Amino acid sequence: MKEWNDDFLRFSGTQGYIASPALVEAVNASIALERPLLIKGEPGTGKTLLARHVAEGLGMPMEQWHIKSTSKAQDGLYVYDTVQRLNDARFGDGDVSDIRTYIKLGPIGRTFAAANRHVLLIDEVDKADLEFPNDILRELDEMQFTVMETGDEVTAKERPVVLITSNNEKELPDAFLRRCVFHFIEFPDLELMKQIVDVHHPHLDTQLLDQVLLKFYWLREQNELRKKPSTSELIDWISVLLKAGITPDQIEQQIPFLGALLKNEQDTEALSGYHERGGRYPDQWSDLGPRFNN
Amino acid sequence: MFLEFFYGLREQGVPVGMQEWMMLMEAMKKGLHGSSLRRFYNLSRALLVKSETYFDAFDRVFLSVFEGVEGALEIEDEVLQWLQDPKNFQELTDEQKQMLERLSGDELMQQFLERLAEQTERHDGGDKWVGTGGRSPFGHGGEHPTGIRVGGQSRNRSAMKVAGERRFRDYRTDASLDIRNIQLALRRLRQLTRVGPASELDLDETIDQTCRNAGEIELVFRPEKRNNVRLLLLMDVGGTMDPYYEPVSRLLTALHEERGLREFKAYYFHNCPYELLGTSASLLRRDAVPTGDVLRKLDPRWKVIIVGDAAMHPAELMEPYGNIDPRKTAETRGIDWLHRIHDHFDRVVWLNPDEPDLWEQTHTTRIVSKLFPMFHLSVDGIADGVRALIGAKTLGQTVH
Repeated sequence: MKEWNDDFLRFSGTQGYIASPALVEAVNASIALERPLLIKGEPGTGKTLLARHVAEGLGMPMEQWHIKSTSKAQDGLYVYDTVQRLNDARFGDGDVSDIRTYIKLGPIGRTFAAANRHVLLIDEVDKADLEFPNDILRELDEMQFTVMETGDEVTAKERPVVLITSNNEKELPDAFLRRCVFHFIEFPDLELMKQIVDVHHPHLDTQLLDQVLLKFYWLREQNELRKKPSTSELIDWISVLLKAGITPDQIEQQIPFLGALLKNEQDTEALSGYHERGGRYPDQWSDLGPRFNN
Repeated sequence: MFLEFFYGLREQGVPVGMQEWMMLMEAMKKGLHGSSLRRFYNLSRALLVKSETYFDAFDRVFLSVFEGVEGALEIEDEVLQWLQDPKNFQELTDEQKQMLERLSGDELMQQFLERLAEQTERHDGGDKWVGTGGRSPFGHGGEHPTGIRVGGQSRNRSAMKVAGERRFRDYRTDASLDIRNIQLALRRLRQLTRVGPASELDLDETIDQTCRNAGEIELVFRPEKRNNVRLLLLMDVGGTMDPYYEPVSRLLTALHEERGLREFKAYYFHNCPYELLGTSASLLRRDAVPTGDVLRKLDPRWKVIIVGDAAMHPAELMEPYGNIDPRKTAETRGIDWLHRIHDHFDRVVWLNPDEPDLWEQTHTTRIVSKLFPMFHLSVDGIADGVRALIGAKTLGQTVH
């Protein structure tokens, strides 16, 4: 082997998770360069799970900050509970003279203050306001912030490994992207999907599995769909099919329990309309696009 | 070569800046690429490309710049590793070992490099070329007893092959225009202002008032932030627009689903708007409304998107009584109506489904594109158009 600095090659997957070479490269680059790692992918491709496994593989505890549409950058650092303090002052409960009692560290603040190195997961960063990512940039760059109310400085004792996931609901600002290492989770290909299905439904009839996957990937190729079915929907659908005792023959000509795959009413209508007009569902892989036939 | 890579990416529209480039240099200084092309491919993609929509462009540039380098970079550790691993020599017969000795060391590598240089395209199987099968000693999974596992494990494919597959073609925004992509592009159609009923607790003001109130808690409310954008869509239907039925109807669906807009109205015309606009795509006369009324009712702050190919007979645009529909005869020229729309509203953009290089070739399209900023009806084009509607004023000015 060529010698390179082994300090940086920390991550190589965990027992329960096989990391792709691209992911290993991205995680290690993000650690070595001390940059946040941005993980993007369709909903249902396991971004949050991946973050957990990265933390596990690195042997670090994880702090998770789940972003909502109302999240503000400030919440990640600390929250000054003014209403509580006002209330305490008004009704004479607690010691209101020490402002620090009312300052609660947020997820970023907690990983900075922690004695050991953490993985900080900022989950679904695109849920927040368009400007949100820019607002946390400075703190993540400098690994420190000041509590305005007390003048205290919170500095990271051990630089956390920052993972950020995004569902692509909003475009992220360029300044933010420039600082990140980027990893995109591809939608699982046929082989990988078979392995995934096998984890959830072991010993599935091969003929049934083949037809199920055929219909699933065919649906995903239909660009008109508002919401393409994802892995979790496929797993649910197979559960339903097994419960109902559907045979491979039955699924060859139709798609039973479509509601488990398509969650959008217009999508369901469009597809049943297609079927009523005599539209044919594929029953062999050669009916699908070139991606499955080379 | 590395600079060629950098400029190649920028030429293909991948937004790579100095910051990303320095990041890659830093990473290489730290040895993160481990002198294998496959690792370099993964590393440079993670550091230089920040959106899967550019993966395809990245693959293309990578292929063209690093074509032929594969061996030189990859061989260093892959082959050395193989030669150093005694396990690979265990099952050889004496004869084979003899042969290997003859081929060993530099000669083996030399041959490997030569074969790579001879190979001009991707190749699986066969007798001679390096690939993933066949009876050549090179390429893994071959019948040859001393076959070198080029690229190691089966999942660890060579960088060229991965780039060559171009699996990310579907993620290109300039090509695909599905509803979700359009919605993403339309998300920027936002101007947040506090309007409507006071329903949100204003904490700062509450504290302030409470203090003024000598500690008696006084709650203060304010209106929530809402999107203040009103959008008018004018759409060309029928005739030359028929081939674009799919993308146009997707745009329409996306706009109808866009719940964030304060108000949204859509009207239809054929080729060019004249004195009447249709309220439905069938353009029935009884459903039509006078264009003048629409202009009167909507104040100039309405944002306007016109969708059409702007390609018509010059007379339809420039002559009186130009309307192609014989039942409708009005004197005012089409171009005058376009000027009225242009002058009435602050911001108007035109989305054209024709390929941009065709615009210059059509006389009427040229005229219209001088009046309105024109964008291609693609995800990128819509995003640019929205920016021109919302962004700084200079973007919205027409080019003469």
